[in-house]
Amino acid sequence: MKRWLSKNLIKIYAFAAFVYLFIPIAYTMAFSFNNAGKSNLTWRGFTLKNWQNPCGAPEVCSALGNSLKIGFIATLIATALGTMIAFALGRHRFRGRSTVNLLIFLPMATPEIVLGASLLAMFLNLGINPGFWPTVIAHVMFCISFVVVTVKARIASLDPKLEEAAMDLYATEVETFRRVTLPLVMPGIFGAALLAFSLSFDDFIITNFNSGTLTTFPKFVYISSARGIPAQANVIGSSMFLIALAIVLVGQFVSSRKKRV
Amino acid sequence: MADAAASTKGDLHLTNLVKAFGDFRAVDDLTLLIPEGSFFALLGPSGCGKTTTLRMIAGLEEPTSGKIAIGNTDITYAKPYARPVNTVFQNYALFPHLTIFENVAFGLRRRGIKDVKEAVTKVLALVELGHLADRKPVQLSGGQQQRIAVARAIVNRPALLLLDEPLGALDLKLRRQMQIELKWIQTEVGLTFVHVTHDQEEAMTMADTIAVMNEGRIEQMGSPVELYESPRTVFVANFLGQSNLVKGKVEGSSGSDLQVSVHGNRIVVPSARNFAKDNSDKSVLIGIRPEKISIEHGEANTLGGGIITDISFVGVSTQFQIQMPWGQELSVFEQNDGGASHLQTGDTVSLSWKPEFTFALDGTADVEAGTSVNPDED
Repeated sequence: MKRWLSKNLIKIYAFAAFVYLFIPIAYTMAFSFNNAGKSNLTWRGFTLKNWQNPCGAPEVCSALGNSLKIGFIATLIATALGTMIAFALGRHRFRGRSTVNLLIFLPMATPEIVLGASLLAMFLNLGINPGFWPTVIAHVMFCISFVVVTVKARIASLDPKLEEAAMDLYATEVETFRRVTLPLVMPGIFGAALLAFSLSFDDFIITNFNSGTLTTFPKFVYISSARGIPAQANVIGSSMFLIALAIVLVGQFVSSRKKRV
Repeated sequence: MADAAASTKGDLHLTNLVKAFGDFRAVDDLTLLIPEGSFFALLGPSGCGKTTTLRMIAGLEEPTSGKIAIGNTDITYAKPYARPVNTVFQNYALFPHLTIFENVAFGLRRRGIKDVKEAVTKVLALVELGHLADRKPVQLSGGQQQRIAVARAIVNRPALLLLDEPLGALDLKLRRQMQIELKWIQTEVGLTFVHVTHDQEEAMTMADTIAVMNEGRIEQMGSPVELYESPRTVFVANFLGQSNLVKGKVEGSSGSDLQVSVHGNRIVVPSARNFAKDNSDKSVLIGIRPEKISIEHGEANTLGGGIITDISFVGVSTQFQIQMPWGQELSVFEQNDGGASHLQTGDTVSLSWKPEFTFALDGTADVEAGTSVNPDED
């Protein structure tokens, strides 16, 4: 018995850890099939009607649309700006470089509630009313740090000899960047963009301060929790999870095929 | 030497080349001519400036002063992509995201050559890796990557091919094989190869001409045989192979020979092999390679009263450590042809050798120069 335990303990532990991680997701998915009434708190039978009509609940799809729009725009801007900062920090030596390195981490370390409140105060002082664009600006701000950190790690792992080799093989500076540097850093940039999007899509606290009357998906869920979250919220949450999973699986499949060739 | 006038077109000229990093001069007033079509080795310990010299020729480092020219074309400040020079990097620096074919085609494509297939296929056949064209670099072994790095450079037919410790990452057996292969490729394609290495054996196996570098300067330049048989400095004598260096004093000369007194023994050195500066106290270092000495064979130069302190059998030869009456340990390598098999530790022996193998170096030099450098380190 003791022997069996010592042999299998790690498996049992791993299994328990995964159960712990996946129970909330499984719960969310299961309740997306609940034949719910006003509130989706108790199981009242299986149905597909939530999946057949995900926009059935009032406002849920307009909130989702807002979140996607904000997410896409913020991701685009934050990834572009963050990648440029990462290249500056990763590839060049200049005065104040270590200070910038430190400052980049600050937004990550600052409590979101403080950031959100300060941003709102700043917007109001500037005479800008909360709404769509202030939310985008706020999201870009907190996403940039994560993009910089992710892309910089990728740049640091890049052998500078590769760029020298490209230049040695008749590639100009621009060609070297386009043909060697960028393709090699791309996985890092892509990962950073995914991270930025999920951070933006998920954000509630900062958004709540700066979006005014605009409803995003997390805000919708929060507000409706007072009077009962519709099962459509579970449908959308589950879909997001499944889409993310599909992206990861396709990515794995493609890269394993590339290796086998 | 080939006819100088005929081969100047592609010769590499380094003139008073200096590279300083702050106060440190990595390359110190280097002047060098590398003839077109030769296999030239820059040999030296780590930090001797050989890699910096190579990087300046490649355009990856800007000289502090001096001039680099190929034939009559000054390329001192030309960008790396604007000079007819290609490099085989130390760890190959193959592009991991491109196939082997695209790696090799990279230089051709950047020069705007549309039809690359024939040239790439040909060069891959030359390095015998045509069947791997569709693979990625990570799928290749070290030796295969090394050959691709060579192929990627020579496909461009540069005026000059630079090799930066190209075999450093390979194991010993593979390294031997690649040495022969590289030499063959060089003969085949007829390009000028400039090879940077810390491995004296590698340099001697492959190069026509070797320049031994130390502290940013060239100590001596010549063919492998010339450097080995007639080292002109203590550094060269110790860095290339082993040397026994014994202090002595010039007594006089007779005919074409120099008479030197070495701890009471009279040693004869041909005057032509006296590389010592003429200093006032007439002190010299007498040099003799270990394999030139025989134990108990009466040649003209003899040092007696040595005691064998160590014997090690290394297959083709046996190496003896012999303590001389004045305390110094000398090395002797004897062929394993039965002549020295009776010798044992503690035996008293005389060492003798032919005068023409002796050389004389500057007596004020440090006897240890070039010995303490670890040739296996980068």
